[in-house]
Amino acid sequence: MTTAPLVELAGVSKYYGNIRALEGVSLEVRAGEITCVLGDNGAGKSTLIKIVAGLHRHDAGTFRVDGEEVTLANPRDALDRGIATVYQDLAVVPLMPVWRNFFLGSEPTRGKGPFRRLDVELMRTTTREALLRMGIDLRDVDQPIGTLSGGERQCVAIARAVHFGAKVLVLDEPTAALGVKQSGVVLKYVAAARDQGLGVILITHNPHHAHLVGDRFVLLKRGVMAASHTKDSVTLDELTRQMAGGSELEDLRHALERPTGA
Amino acid sequence: MSTTAPAPDGIDHVDERLLRTTPLKKLLARPELGSVVGALAVFVFFAVVADSFLRLSSLGTVLYAASTLGIMAVPVALLMIGGEFDLSAGVLVTSSALVSSMFSYQLTANVWVGVGVSLLVTLAVGVFNGFMLTRTKLPSFIITLGTFLMLTGLNLGLTKLIAGTVSTKTIADMEGFPSARALFASQLTVGGVELKVTILWWLGLVAVATWILLRTRFGNWIFAVGGGADAARAVGVPVHRTRIGLYAAVAFCAWVSGQHLLFSFDVVQSGEGVGNELIYIIAAVIGGCLITGGYGSAVGSAVGALIFGMTSKGIVYAEWDPDWFKFFLGAMLLLATLLNAWIRKRVEATK
Repeated sequence: MTTAPLVELAGVSKYYGNIRALEGVSLEVRAGEITCVLGDNGAGKSTLIKIVAGLHRHDAGTFRVDGEEVTLANPRDALDRGIATVYQDLAVVPLMPVWRNFFLGSEPTRGKGPFRRLDVELMRTTTREALLRMGIDLRDVDQPIGTLSGGERQCVAIARAVHFGAKVLVLDEPTAALGVKQSGVVLKYVAAARDQGLGVILITHNPHHAHLVGDRFVLLKRGVMAASHTKDSVTLDELTRQMAGGSELEDLRHALERPTGA
Repeated sequence: MSTTAPAPDGIDHVDERLLRTTPLKKLLARPELGSVVGALAVFVFFAVVADSFLRLSSLGTVLYAASTLGIMAVPVALLMIGGEFDLSAGVLVTSSALVSSMFSYQLTANVWVGVGVSLLVTLAVGVFNGFMLTRTKLPSFIITLGTFLMLTGLNLGLTKLIAGTVSTKTIADMEGFPSARALFASQLTVGGVELKVTILWWLGLVAVATWILLRTRFGNWIFAVGGGADAARAVGVPVHRTRIGLYAAVAFCAWVSGQHLLFSFDVVQSGEGVGNELIYIIAAVIGGCLITGGYGSAVGSAVGALIFGMTSKGIVYAEWDPDWFKFFLGAMLLLATLLNAWIRKRVEATK
């Protein structure tokens, strides 16, 4: 392959004072691929996200976007380079209609001077069309987005990022608070975004979800990269075992065993 | 898109999963609904108990009472949709009138100079409120309580210092007074009913605010800032600028109210205005604004102001003790808030 990855991290580290939050993490995501970042609580997933989203700057290593080395100044900078981040909880404003949420912050207008107004018709139809393209068939774009389920809300946020020209989609635990069925729906839209040619970085602590859609897997443990796999080099069982901590799980089983003969 | 591709399924025709929405059902979903029902009830009530309530002359009086309050209820409602309060709004009206009057009087300038200076000073106070709020991230309740107390003190202190008494001197004989009076405090006779010009100001402001709220980017941002500031910031909404703009809008309307006060009574009492801020908030809440932000309308605030006007004058027409007025106001506030809480539950119900 000759094209540079959309996003490439090589040996990236981040320190908060004397705390080593992230050390020597490498990952890459290419167009039309999904890179999963797995790890337990406190493994450094959020730190990694914040670096890619432009909230924090990395202290060591290189961060390349489209082959060009960058240090992102702020989230706007990341957005301008085509990196859109969908956070689990602060994606939408619940009381506002779906179409207002969809265009929030980038509302199209028409008319001049004091008559400059929202292009409501365009906003409504575009919202419907963009959602349909992602395979989301909404009943009514006028309903408050708070009336949608958690999964649907995530999907709208994803569709919004796709519509506004994101090249790389960073998803922070999109399935964490969802049930089995809802998670499936969200994963379907993640795959739909991939099929539209986006690169996706999927943060999750669920190896089952990751293995379903991922092309590459990066495993974080206590701030360092514990493993890095491609889809064909690892089975779900192996991924789950590594994720769950392998030998640590054995120890846990021992510790939790009922005392026998008492 | 220039080519008209066959519309994807579900875009043009009505979705079969939607129950047919009758106009009545759509009406029921409006934020103003509770207040309109309330307004009708109050109207019928006073029409029955007070004979003179239905006279045309009473209409002018009721509308005037509603308009003086309504002019301020509009920006206070927008601010509440944006998730904030302004407790200094009531005394700011008095400050605005005092500055205007005293500036013109002391410099023996054309009253329009005072009117202009007053606009600048009032807007500065509004921007100060917004700036302090966005900088310190303290609750707006605390910040504006501070400005409320400071303005109350300044109004009294400075007026005594400059004018020597607690009220301003008359400026009725000064240059520009007639034209300023025409703009802020004149009276029109329409079909035999005497209507104050404040009613026009009020209706105009409601129309402009509704336009801003529903059809401009700024309006979209107001809803977003009140309904979920973090989500709004994450998608690039200028949250701070939106909030400061809302406080400036309150200040602008306080200026209009203040100039009305000055040019209709000619002298201004420096202790006035205390307590009005709560009445503006009540009108906004009765009109369907959620006290936690993110939901409401400018029209609702107008209906809230109308209820206030009908109640305050209706009690007079019914020849009751006006002491009862506050009781009615409190009861209506409670009812309106209960209704709003119920609506919000329905709107936010996640399933």
